[in-house]
Amino acid sequence: MVQEQAPQNVSLQFEDVHQQNESYIVGMWTFLVTEIMFFGAVFATYLVYRVANHTAFWEAHLRLDIPLGFINTCVLLTSSLTMALTVHYAQRQMPKQQLLWLSVTMALAMAFLVVKGFEYHHKYVEGLIPGPNFRFEPAEYFRPAQLFFSLYFAMTGLHALHVLIGVLVMAVMAVLIAIRHSSVQDFIPVELVGLYWHFVDIVWIFLFPLLYLIPR
Amino acid sequence: MALANGHDSHTHIVPIRVYLLVYAALLVLLVLTVGAAYLPGRHTLLNNVIALTIAIAKAVLVVLYFMHVRYSTRLTWLWASAGFFWLLIMFILTLGDYFTRHWVPAIGWE
Repeated sequence: MVQEQAPQNVSLQFEDVHQQNESYIVGMWTFLVTEIMFFGAVFATYLVYRVANHTAFWEAHLRLDIPLGFINTCVLLTSSLTMALTVHYAQRQMPKQQLLWLSVTMALAMAFLVVKGFEYHHKYVEGLIPGPNFRFEPAEYFRPAQLFFSLYFAMTGLHALHVLIGVLVMAVMAVLIAIRHSSVQDFIPVELVGLYWHFVDIVWIFLFPLLYLIPR
Repeated sequence: MALANGHDSHTHIVPIRVYLLVYAALLVLLVLTVGAAYLPGRHTLLNNVIALTIAIAKAVLVVLYFMHVRYSTRLTWLWASAGFFWLLIMFILTLGDYFTRHWVPAIGWE
């Protein structure tokens, strides 16, 4: 564990490098706490409606593609690993490896979005987008099934938006690392992007079983 | 401890081996979740409990190792737990309300 660590500069407003690092990381966690509450409200909404419409939600969830959801979970878990490796190499100040693993993370994130896009397209073709063209059999579950798909698109859509933002932030980081910009000499910016990315992964860890794997 | 020369080993660099082990554990738990969903017979409650337990275990692994909370300062630890603790309060109050409404039927509440 005694690996060479990158030197860090301490800004004037901080006592020392520990205080500086802690401030950045606690600041990021403060943002993540608001994100936890934000997604938590959506999850609570989903749970209330799922308990109230259990059979209908079970019928509706059969229209989701479990293999694609499984692949996407693997993709996202792998991207978390590669993000952790990016941070690891940032801490050791090895920009080439850092750039390599950051690029792999971005590629996986985009792969996730492509798979999600195929899933959404499939739902569109099957008439499962809530609205005037929504079709669902059996007819007795029409309304709760539409509710299920509203929640499905809201939850996975919000998550996909977070993935997209993650890709954009990672792209900016990649450029800064590639041009050896002074702001990414310190590993903390990469660490903070990593915290955000792992949070996005955690949201999906709960979305996958809740939406795709409803027991009968 | 507070050596501000930038060369002390204040930040714990997690070895790659640990990341790979956590990743392997996450994949095993993922396969278990999918497997549990295909258990024969109807065990709605059991299945839900298994799925949520596995999801929480995966989230804890990600938070502790990938997000470095295990190696972070106490303040970070407190902040991270506060987030999930507040989430728990929101769930208990919300679900406690919805799941007990039918105990006392009232006109206008569905």
